Amino acid sequence: MENKKELVVSAIDNGTVIDHIPTHAVYRVIHILGLEGYEDEVLIGYNLDSKKLGKKGIIKIKNKFFEKDEINKIALVAPMASLIVIKNYEVVEKIRTEIPNKIEGIVKCVNPKCITNSEVIRTKFDVVDKENLELRCHYCEKFTSKDTISFVE
Amino acid sequence: MSNLKGRNLISITDFSKEEYIQILDIAEEFEKNPKQAILNDKVVATLFFEPSTRTRLSFESAANQLGARIIGFSDPGGTSVQKGESLHDTITMVSSYSDLIVMRNPREGSSRYASEVSNVPVINAGDGANQHPTQCMLDLYSIRKTQGTLDNLNIALVGDLKYGRTVHSLTQAMCNFNTTFHFVSPDELKMPESVKMSVRDAKLKYYEYSDISEIIPVADIIYMTRVQRERFPDLIEYERVKDSCILTANMLKGCKDNMRILHPLPRVNEITTDVDKTPYAYYFQQAQNGVYVRQALIAAILGVR
Repeated sequence: MENKKELVVSAIDNGTVIDHIPTHAVYRVIHILGLEGYEDEVLIGYNLDSKKLGKKGIIKIKNKFFEKDEINKIALVAPMASLIVIKNYEVVEKIRTEIPNKIEGIVKCVNPKCITNSEVIRTKFDVVDKENLELRCHYCEKFTSKDTISFVE
Repeated sequence: MSNLKGRNLISITDFSKEEYIQILDIAEEFEKNPKQAILNDKVVATLFFEPSTRTRLSFESAANQLGARIIGFSDPGGTSVQKGESLHDTITMVSSYSDLIVMRNPREGSSRYASEVSNVPVINAGDGANQHPTQCMLDLYSIRKTQGTLDNLNIALVGDLKYGRTVHSLTQAMCNFNTTFHFVSPDELKMPESVKMSVRDAKLKYYEYSDISEIIPVADIIYMTRVQRERFPDLIEYERVKDSCILTANMLKGCKDNMRILHPLPRVNEITTDVDKTPYAYYFQQAQNGVYVRQALIAAILGVR
């Protein structure tokens, strides 16, 4: 069974596998990590069966290794995601994502009167509550929460 | 003493308690001697992207009395802003023409952004419903001046506590001074949970009321704000509650002798004019104090105090 799954999205020899991404968030993760312009092999799968999530997405990126800060950016859209670092077809490390203390350029401010919604400004938030995902806008100081969160296009 | 030279003042939390006190002390000095030619070589830009009478005039009066030159606009009409210039470009340009920028802009967060773009310090003179820190500092100055201290006071905040940014900032600032808070408002306009949480976090007490008469005997300061009809979805409801936050002279019997009434102005009918003649009215002096506090801020940020 396990081998069959591996065949759905073929293995990479070196690089990173991002597993347990909610299916709907796969392209957002690609966008957040800036993989659209990546020049080596990227394998993408979604609507794959998952015990944890029902359906999941997976991304395999050849010859790419992420810094912790970089990878934490995806925690907002894929809180259950795990990262598997592969070297010579062997798993050398498994990393869980963690919501960072500051979030830049990913989330849109919920306040329509916020300056970030009327000028081209990279949004910045302080994470005030990681559990309930409560973010405070660095500019207008208004709170965006799990229920109101939306992402920069 | 902190060196405040080059600092921005965007939000009330940008300065520490000690730094507020430092500004209040400098303001006291300017109150005794407001005309001092200490900023003769300085240019202060006042950029008002929306109309304001008191704030703009008091900033300009403050800078003028210290000898600074003023450039700017009181209405963006007729400027490149109306041609669609971004705030980024306006601020980049103005910061090359001036030593300090004072800005009011209806877009929330605009002053923080301006301070990141500008080469010279920025003072926020109001960014929409977000922050108006110099109002808060002149409120602190007025409280200290009338009470002789900022510590251990009973402060009553009355009116629109939900949307009024001045009452939010003042509550945040007074949390540094062991204040007991009394919040008086119609149910629809109660103090937001986030502000009450900051009072609880500071381990201070607050009480909530719907009728102003209850706080008259206990308050050292009654801080009045306007209850605006347009805040109510239901006008019948507005009619029902509108008088619960009106202060008249004969309601003041039984108040403490040291009690003073503050109001950020403009007032409409929430303080009847018969209160003006009582010894408790302080709102016009409060507005005057705005000049000294802004002189202190301008002088400290430009490094001459």
